[in-house]
Amino acid sequence: MEYKLTFKDYANALTKGKLIGLKCKDCGNITVPPKMTCQECGGTDLDIVELGKRGKIVTFTVVNVAPEGRQNEVPYIIVLVKLDEGPWIMGNLSDIDPARASMDLIDKEVKLGFRVFPGDKYSPGDQARPVFSFV
Amino acid sequence: MRKVAIVGTGHTPFTFATEKTSIELFSEAAMDAIIEANLRPKDIQALYLGNGLGDFSEGQAMLQSYAANDIGAFHIPATRFEGACASSSLAIRDAFIWVASGYYDVVLAGGVERAASMGTSMATRTFAMFTDSHYEYPAGLTFPAIFAMLAHLYAERYGVRLEKLKEQMALVSVQSHYYGMFNPKAQFRKEITVDDVLNGFMVSSPLQLLDCCPFSDGAAAVVLVSEERAKEITDKPVYITGIGQASSGKLSAQKDYLPRLRAREESAKQAYDMAGIGPGDIDVCELHDCFSIASLIAAESLGFFEFGKSGEAWEKGETKIGGKIPINVSGGLKAKGHPIGATGASQVTEIYHQLRAECGERQVEGAKIGLTDTLGGDGVLCTLIMQKGW
Repeated sequence: MEYKLTFKDYANALTKGKLIGLKCKDCGNITVPPKMTCQECGGTDLDIVELGKRGKIVTFTVVNVAPEGRQNEVPYIIVLVKLDEGPWIMGNLSDIDPARASMDLIDKEVKLGFRVFPGDKYSPGDQARPVFSFV
Repeated sequence: MRKVAIVGTGHTPFTFATEKTSIELFSEAAMDAIIEANLRPKDIQALYLGNGLGDFSEGQAMLQSYAANDIGAFHIPATRFEGACASSSLAIRDAFIWVASGYYDVVLAGGVERAASMGTSMATRTFAMFTDSHYEYPAGLTFPAIFAMLAHLYAERYGVRLEKLKEQMALVSVQSHYYGMFNPKAQFRKEITVDDVLNGFMVSSPLQLLDCCPFSDGAAAVVLVSEERAKEITDKPVYITGIGQASSGKLSAQKDYLPRLRAREESAKQAYDMAGIGPGDIDVCELHDCFSIASLIAAESLGFFEFGKSGEAWEKGETKIGGKIPINVSGGLKAKGHPIGATGASQVTEIYHQLRAECGERQVEGAKIGLTDTLGGDGVLCTLIMQKGW
């Protein structure tokens, strides 16, 4: 069975300012990033849909110890965001000094942008990832 | 299905960076296990070896074949299990299944890792290979970051003030360090205080240095045999009576279920059901405390405490020897150390010795049933239940 939406196509769309995912024709739920089957019901009858790029922060952390090769990025914030359409997605948070990050971030409304991780010797090339900012 | 017993264990000291190779470390643990079982290497019919990152720590893949040859178990089938930090629990579970099935009578299972030898920067990078490499790693996800986000989520979900939760988390590390003092194999054998934890370097907020287990080198191994062989070998066999294993997808896909890990609950249910017991029957537990918050989450999902209430249990001493359920009296991953490929086998080794009343100052008196809980990444779970066989 051929992949409906590959990660490469999802990531390419992200770099053009679009967030695309998969809507399940069986249960109606959205899966993003894409996978072979619906994250909720395992259904395979999926439509590619464009999502609204808005959501709320559900949790966060400020990372101070970086992996090899990324020391110049710390401190940085990682967030999990619940999109308005339902799914959760991981990315970074810009717009705030990491020193000021607190529990108050939870439930803050954010919009999705992107940044490209150039990759390292272990990575399969460069990778776009979500970066959120406040609405 | 036949009954399967553990009849021998081996466990190197868990340490900071060592000059021994992974093969050398594993062979030391393996030979101790074989000797304790009154067997010889030629009696071993198969080797199941857990290892996460040998490819990166010393450029060594295919350790399993060299390890079998190294101990003189020539030409036996040898298989590597990679399940991140749960690798050797998976190896032991499969060894159980193959002995239970009747295919083998004697299997050596265990694991090894040289995580400390990599140094913090490279270990942080390679451990992050147990995240989604196309999606999560580009955001800079590390293992402390995963559990840090679960800690904030835990505080929010259960309405525990973060300051309160941090104190409870600190108590987890304090207890583990206390018991680590009585474990001669432990990497850290010194007491720490709540203030030590709360004044530590912030690794990934809200997790400070002493909320995190160390990077460690070490190996552990166990010999599993059929009931028939066990009776020839020892009058104190420890039977594996329940096994569970489950998996799940990347962190964001687990969404509303978090901070609970569904895979843990699926795995634990399998093990409890198979053993025909429940959480209240467990006398001693070794669970996966890679981070202090991970202990709180695990203890709840294993059924020992209500969701959101684990911290109170640590405060009340319910997790100490003499409490409701002694947890990680080996020192846990926090104080004993966490050479990831060896961790599950180390946990099993602790339960084996607890049930045989061989743990000295950290002995849980009268322990008859023990449980291990091992987590790999955020998506591999393995639960093993062991019972005193005499």
